[in-house]
Amino acid sequence: MALEDVCSFKERPVQHKWFSFSSLGDAAIPFPTSDCYNLRCSRLETSENNCGVPLHFFIPPLPHSSSFINTPLSSFCPPKNSMTVQKPFRLAHGTTTLGFIFQGGVIAAADTRASAGGLVACPAVHKITPIHSHLVVTSSGSGADCMLWERILIREIRLYQLRHGHRLSIRATAKLLSSMLHPFKGTEMCVALTLCGWDNGPKLIYVCSDGARLQGDVFSVGSGSPYAYGVLDRELRWSLSKGEAISLAREAVFRATHRDAYSGNNVDLFHITKSLESGNVLFDVVHQSRKSKRGKNKS
Amino acid sequence: MEYLIGIQGPDFVLVAADNVAASSIIQMKHDYDKMFKLSEKILLLCVGEAGDTVQFAEYIQKNVQLYKMRNGYELSPSAAANFTRKNLADYLRSRTPYHVNLLLAGYDDTDGPGLYYMDYLSSLAKAPFAAHGYGAYLTLSILDRYYRPDLSRDEAVDLLKKCAEELNKRFILNLPSFTVRLIDKEGIHDLEKLTLGAK
Repeated sequence: MALEDVCSFKERPVQHKWFSFSSLGDAAIPFPTSDCYNLRCSRLETSENNCGVPLHFFIPPLPHSSSFINTPLSSFCPPKNSMTVQKPFRLAHGTTTLGFIFQGGVIAAADTRASAGGLVACPAVHKITPIHSHLVVTSSGSGADCMLWERILIREIRLYQLRHGHRLSIRATAKLLSSMLHPFKGTEMCVALTLCGWDNGPKLIYVCSDGARLQGDVFSVGSGSPYAYGVLDRELRWSLSKGEAISLAREAVFRATHRDAYSGNNVDLFHITKSLESGNVLFDVVHQSRKSKRGKNKS
Repeated sequence: MEYLIGIQGPDFVLVAADNVAASSIIQMKHDYDKMFKLSEKILLLCVGEAGDTVQFAEYIQKNVQLYKMRNGYELSPSAAANFTRKNLADYLRSRTPYHVNLLLAGYDDTDGPGLYYMDYLSSLAKAPFAAHGYGAYLTLSILDRYYRPDLSRDEAVDLLKKCAEELNKRFILNLPSFTVRLIDKEGIHDLEKLTLGAK
């Protein structure tokens, strides 16, 4: 890849083990000498090109392919027990998130269920994360990957703001994120983020670890997204009022959680406008459905 | 799924691409532009795998512009096509090949109009008309039947409409609208979007 050339990756022997590190902030911690990248230098190599993210971070675990057996690099392959870490369970991508633009700004909504196969791993996850006062990101895909990349994005946006004195535009944020995700294309990383924010107008951009980067007026992502699209497309108009937009978003996520097994629990909702973001409006989907049942029984 | 078409006339090239950006069964966008402007008279139409298209096309686009900055004149369409093919070929047998299908359309002041067909295996062919995607199976025969080297611009647009109508009639997937552009010695012109209603 072009990035490989920039990093002179091809000239160095390849490491198969995926290095984890304790926190993103410890970029200067020297790595153990078994890291082939650091055979000559004691300080972890970072690069301005990679926005200060340690270079080794961009080396994803290589896919297991027979072509590697015959290359001379195979002499550097560590024994099998230090291959890529085994996943404890099948990573599932169950979620419903959506975002849309209307006359009053941007609405971002998501369910709060984290599923791991058939288990509800956590019923109260925040799938919508504020990046700064006028940008939130909704995440879907692998929960761990999303959390990591949200943190990286927050850091990079803040660093840009500190270095340059102004905030990076949302389109540039999306492009930056897309470029950071590109080295991991083809690996098992699965991240599908929707950046919802305001800079000189409402913006909604979908960024995916496959490499897609789309700007649009309405996006829904996740296993429940077809159901959400069904409700959204029927009633979405530019001229919605704030109350109508919030209730439409809530309704769309609720219908998706009803049909999709991997979405459920509550609905998180954010409304972003030109003035400071109005904050988290939390609706309890389960209670709402119980109320409607009780209402029917009474009448 | 995605569809590209190019028709070369005596002094112009007409190109069109569908406007759907899809993710598995969902249309994420209905107005997505798949054409990349390489220079004043060269367009690159790019379809294929989700991230590869934009990454590769923008890489070619920036390199063509860099050539102009360094040397003071623009790459000809033929040179740009061969440069693109070379990059595809270089990455073909790497760990990360680009899975993209391309049409490069341009107007050279000395050689006239040119349409270049490239696919993900880095083949390159200069052709009077070309198409990519499943829709190509339905429309190449129409192009074979009705194409003439001395088409006027209106006739070329009519031929394009014939192809779009055939897709609307027989193609299983819904491609509601197409971006249409024309390149001639004056540069790149946006023509009216081709939208087809329900049959």
